[in-house]
Amino acid sequence: MIMDRKKEQEVALELVEDALRQVMDPEIPVLSVMDLGMITGIDIASDHIGIRMIPTFSACPAVQVIRGGIKKKLEQKFSIPVQVDIDPEISWNSNRITEEGKEKLRHFKIAPPSAISEWEEGSLSAIPCPFCQSRNTYLRSPFGSTLCRSLHFCRDCGSLFEHFKELE
Amino acid sequence: MDEALNTGLAGLITRMADDELVLGHRNSEWTGLGPILEEDIAFSSMAQDKIGHALALYQVLERELGGTDPDHFAFFRDAGQYQCCHFVEYPNREYDFSLMRHFLFDAAETVRFASLEESTFQPFRQLARKFRGELKYHMMHARAWIHQLGHGGEAARERMQSCLSSCFGSSLGIFEEGIGDDTLISSGIFPGEKALREKWLELVEPLLEAAAFQMPSVAETGPDTGGRTGIHTSFLQPLLDEMREVFRMDPAASW
Repeated sequence: MIMDRKKEQEVALELVEDALRQVMDPEIPVLSVMDLGMITGIDIASDHIGIRMIPTFSACPAVQVIRGGIKKKLEQKFSIPVQVDIDPEISWNSNRITEEGKEKLRHFKIAPPSAISEWEEGSLSAIPCPFCQSRNTYLRSPFGSTLCRSLHFCRDCGSLFEHFKELE
Repeated sequence: MDEALNTGLAGLITRMADDELVLGHRNSEWTGLGPILEEDIAFSSMAQDKIGHALALYQVLERELGGTDPDHFAFFRDAGQYQCCHFVEYPNREYDFSLMRHFLFDAAETVRFASLEESTFQPFRQLARKFRGELKYHMMHARAWIHQLGHGGEAARERMQSCLSSCFGSSLGIFEEGIGDDTLISSGIFPGEKALREKWLELVEPLLEAAAFQMPSVAETGPDTGGRTGIHTSFLQPLLDEMREVFRMDPAASW
């Protein structure tokens, strides 16, 4: 049976998306580029695949590694040249992280970002602790071990923990 | 775009990027030496952001205005071709000075990029949109320290006040005008340094006063200028030498 062209495109897109789910952020290795919402365009042609992506923070040092990771993964999987470009049109924000991605962050013991519409500066002084869920926490520093994280302390269980920052 | 506009725009981008590069380097000098771990990380992160902002601006210069390779442009000009202001060139001294400089400069960066969200030059709008969220965290950090040290006892207050008094004049040098600014203002590319300075004062004055600091008078301190025309303090050359040291060992190396 011959699939119609549209169906064929859909299947190809799903395969590419599946492959992208295996390209992880080197700084948070449980999150893929799909979980983070870093992919802004997938263009599948007969002789190449074009991917457009955006960095989370503008000075994110992992961008080139991720870009190379995407190219390598897709070329291995589909044996077709892959071009990965930075998309200047779209600016990343933390709402782009998927629900699944937020769940993975919680498991990784990093408090996920809240929706930007609900965010205010005071929110940072009551981020739920990923270890004991208490909101009795405070902001130690708006800067953590990577650009995308802030540092918090839980008064109830005494854990120092990180939070993926809201970025509008 | 006509030539006068292009020249003015290239000048504006260069001075903004050079400020970010040089202050980013100064901030990075705290890596490993910060007074407490959180501050070490904070200054290192902000340094990383600043150098990222510089790179993004040098890339605009290359892409839109026929500039040269960003790495080469960032590292291999003669000191006289840099257009950073004197304020970012001064060595770090004590932590109090770095904190005050961080507060004054990042407030200026905040109002500058906020105004560029309305620019008629599209790459500025894109960058401004991208940097806004990041700068918010820089200002959060700066404001927290200004507030806490202002209310943190006599020794802290005195030291911060003395830094404010001694560096306020040179911070005004951020707003030194460039040649060709008039064309940029009339084309809606940016509102001009005078307007930015007013907005900056509206932001920093209430914060400093709320932290019980005394504002130095703009008229008395006067700006520390020259950087925008390539006249620099004696501190820039050694900083550039250090910045280039590794790159120079093998300029053709692949990183």
